[in-house]
Amino acid sequence: MSFLSHLINGISLGSIYAIIALGYTMVYGIAKMLNFAHGDVIMVGAYVCFFALNSFGLPPVVGVLLAMLICTALGILIERLAYKPLRAAPSLAVLITAIGVSYFLQNGALLLWGSNSKVFPSIFNNAALHLFDGQLTIGVTTLITIAACVVIMIGLTLFTGNTKMGKAMRACSEDKDAAILMGINVNRTISVTFAIGSALAAIAGVLLCSAYPLLQPTTGSMPGIKAFTAAVFGGIGSIPGAFLGGILLGIIEIFAKAYLSTELSDAIVFLVLILVLLIKPTGLLGKKTVVKV
Amino acid sequence: MERLVPTPSLGVIPERDSGKPLILDIHGLGIDFGGLHAVEDFTLLIGHTEIAGLIGPNGAGKTTVFNLITSVYQPTRGVILFDGYDTRGKRPDEVCRMGIARTFQNIRLFKDMSVLDNVLVGMHNHVQYSMLSAFLHTPSYHRKEKEARDKAMELLSLFDMQHMAKWQAGSLPYGAQRRLEIVRALATEPKLLLLDEPAAGMNPAETAELMQNIRSIRDRFGIAILLIEHDMSLVMGICEGIAVLNYGKIIAKGSPEQIRNNPTVIEAYLGKQEA
Amino acid sequence: MEQMKKKLHLGKTNREKVTTFGLVIALYVFVEILQRTGNLSNLMRGQLVPICAYMIMALSLNLTVGILGELSLGHAGFVSIGAFTGVTVASLLRPVVSQNWILFVIALVAGGTLAGIVGFLIGIPVLRLRGDYLAIVTLAFGEIVKSLVNNLYIGFDQNGIHFAFLHDTLNLAEGGKKIIAGPMGATTIPKVSTFLAGVLLVLFCLYFLYRLLGSKMGRAIKAMRDNSIAAESVGINITRYKLTAFTMSAFMAGMGGVLFGLNYSSIIAGKFNVDLSILILVFVVLGGLGNLRGSIIAAGVLTVLPELLRSLRDYRMLAYSIVLIAIMLITNNQILVQWWTQRKKDLKNMFTRLRKSGQGGEG
Repeated sequence: MSFLSHLINGISLGSIYAIIALGYTMVYGIAKMLNFAHGDVIMVGAYVCFFALNSFGLPPVVGVLLAMLICTALGILIERLAYKPLRAAPSLAVLITAIGVSYFLQNGALLLWGSNSKVFPSIFNNAALHLFDGQLTIGVTTLITIAACVVIMIGLTLFTGNTKMGKAMRACSEDKDAAILMGINVNRTISVTFAIGSALAAIAGVLLCSAYPLLQPTTGSMPGIKAFTAAVFGGIGSIPGAFLGGILLGIIEIFAKAYLSTELSDAIVFLVLILVLLIKPTGLLGKKTVVKV
Repeated sequence: MERLVPTPSLGVIPERDSGKPLILDIHGLGIDFGGLHAVEDFTLLIGHTEIAGLIGPNGAGKTTVFNLITSVYQPTRGVILFDGYDTRGKRPDEVCRMGIARTFQNIRLFKDMSVLDNVLVGMHNHVQYSMLSAFLHTPSYHRKEKEARDKAMELLSLFDMQHMAKWQAGSLPYGAQRRLEIVRALATEPKLLLLDEPAAGMNPAETAELMQNIRSIRDRFGIAILLIEHDMSLVMGICEGIAVLNYGKIIAKGSPEQIRNNPTVIEAYLGKQEA
Repeated sequence: MEQMKKKLHLGKTNREKVTTFGLVIALYVFVEILQRTGNLSNLMRGQLVPICAYMIMALSLNLTVGILGELSLGHAGFVSIGAFTGVTVASLLRPVVSQNWILFVIALVAGGTLAGIVGFLIGIPVLRLRGDYLAIVTLAFGEIVKSLVNNLYIGFDQNGIHFAFLHDTLNLAEGGKKIIAGPMGATTIPKVSTFLAGVLLVLFCLYFLYRLLGSKMGRAIKAMRDNSIAAESVGINITRYKLTAFTMSAFMAGMGGVLFGLNYSSIIAGKFNVDLSILILVFVVLGGLGNLRGSIIAAGVLTVLPELLRSLRDYRMLAYSIVLIAIMLITNNQILVQWWTQRKKDLKNMFTRLRKSGQGGEG
């Protein structure tokens, strides 16, 4: 029974990674850049939700929506101010700028909200599902996290597959110059991509802090890095890849913690990543034929 | 494994090379790209000091043949014997050390480096000093570096490019970039030189000069040259044997005269004449 | 006379070399004077060895990222291996070796060598990956090293050296000493790093890299970065040179780690994390890829900068991040860059004119 429980916890953690990884992978697919600041957008989203609930006493749904709204605006703003001027610059310059933005967000949060960790309120009631005569307990938070991830995944697949903007995104990720010639507004497409990625980051932030309720300015960085690994693990640029990579990474992490060693769980996760990339250098689903966004 | 030039020769290999071993002996070469036979049953013999041409319409697979000869691709079928040795399973750098050098259709110079350094990189395997002497700047390091520089300047002078030695390779005019690629390839001291569209983008005067240069390179170094070219004046002017490729298959072989009058070749280039 | 002139004439690279060495030496003299005259704050004095260590780390990463052209986000891993090896070796030999500088040199060689060996072993499989994939794998490598060292226990007593992993099962005899205690890190380190040693090490690394760049191997590496297919076509074994450069880079990073580690009385594995890797990368990129002098200046300035920004207090790291973004935006702005190259050309022309007219006046 504990195996099943670990598995479900792993999928739940993996769902959070997957939602963050989707943001990484979409931005990478289109802008071909590693948006190092993505993890810190998560943190901002969590803080916004925290204050909406704690200081203003707003209902959780409004808090989440507010977080999404602000993160979307933040994502677009970052893209416009910091990344757009560097469209033609070498990728390393963009990477360093993204690192700069990450520092900026972390230190800005530190100034605004202090370094003391805040205890995130439980958004969902603490009810839990008891199965098999109480041998298996699944928290509502866990279930909602997994459900949110599945819904987002399906939504994104439909969006990129069927809508005009989704098709524009795919076109941009294939060949930006050709997309311009086809009359696609590449700048707008990139902005929309950042907007979606950042909104997802806000959701991930709320879910993350619901599961692990300590909120600090550095809260986003480690999950950010892990989600980034998850995106590469699944094949960066691929939406199903990010989903698969995130879920697998979550499961591996929880299992490593449960059965091998808590201290070494991170090392094990990263070791698996290296092994996978050595066997399959473009990640699990990172083939050219895979729909790239 | 070594095969002598078959007698009677196929009428392609020049008289002076008969009786000597073949420099390149390709038999039944083929490669598939996901079900497509990009090159199929390709057979070609080249003599020790021959200038040979490989022509054909765009997309016929000419550059693919070069990539197979230089081990950039590994063939699906067939054998390549270079100077009697099988090149199968070798890496491109190993093939180069065996004695095959090439230029590229889309120029691949070391753009950020100087013209001289480009040539020196080409001489990499012939400049011999230990890393220790490089770190300590021993007399042997200085001597070997100077020898290499002198030799590189000499090679550049083949194309009157000495005065450009310190220029950045990427800043050279187009024609000079093509010539530098040839110099760099020669610096590896090859026995077989593969030129991929050496005259592309050159004007008639430059092309005429290039023809002279290719001939004098062959005479001076005594090497074989295989070239891909669309400029028929160049191909017909200097090639002793020509192979025509279409849809990955050789459709004709022979002397320039034979190729010029071959109806299959004319059809491949101009399409079938409606009677 | 003609020969004299030839000898005195320095090429562009030679001039760069001379000014870079001169810069480091001049800085050393300057700092020494400040120190002797009591004009150096305690805080700055504490930064001297770390600055040298950061310079070495930046130089070593420049070999991988700038010269070889492969993005690595795990350089802290090699620094960490070097630091903890150096600390262990120095602590073990402390009772035997009385001369501090001998202790330092032995630790330096040991730390560099182990980091180099690990770099070699990691490089064999990993260097086949390209670009961002290599970046993520090196990042993972750095995190793995951090986790492993974080759970490592080393100690010694009269029975010899004891190792333990995950749990402190060293069971040292009476009078034994712990060198590395897992998450608590290394404590009671012999602080044998000195500013002079740091400067000499920086000079050594500079010498090493310039000599490398001036050799046929340096040319081969630059050629690979420029166009790997062409490099292969002229007979350069790409795998071999990538691996060699990566190993050298790791070796140097390890030495930087030894210098860094032996400067403190205690260090913990957690300090050698992604943030450190990124910090070093920032030095390299801001200093200019492949530009050794730039790496040194960037490492020096950016280490001192937060101290200089101290008056901004809480805002200093925020200011630092803004400076970072601004530099990237400015240096990559086409219009500004063109404007600057034009001004530079104008200045150069002006100087040549001045010099010519000056010579004319003498004659």
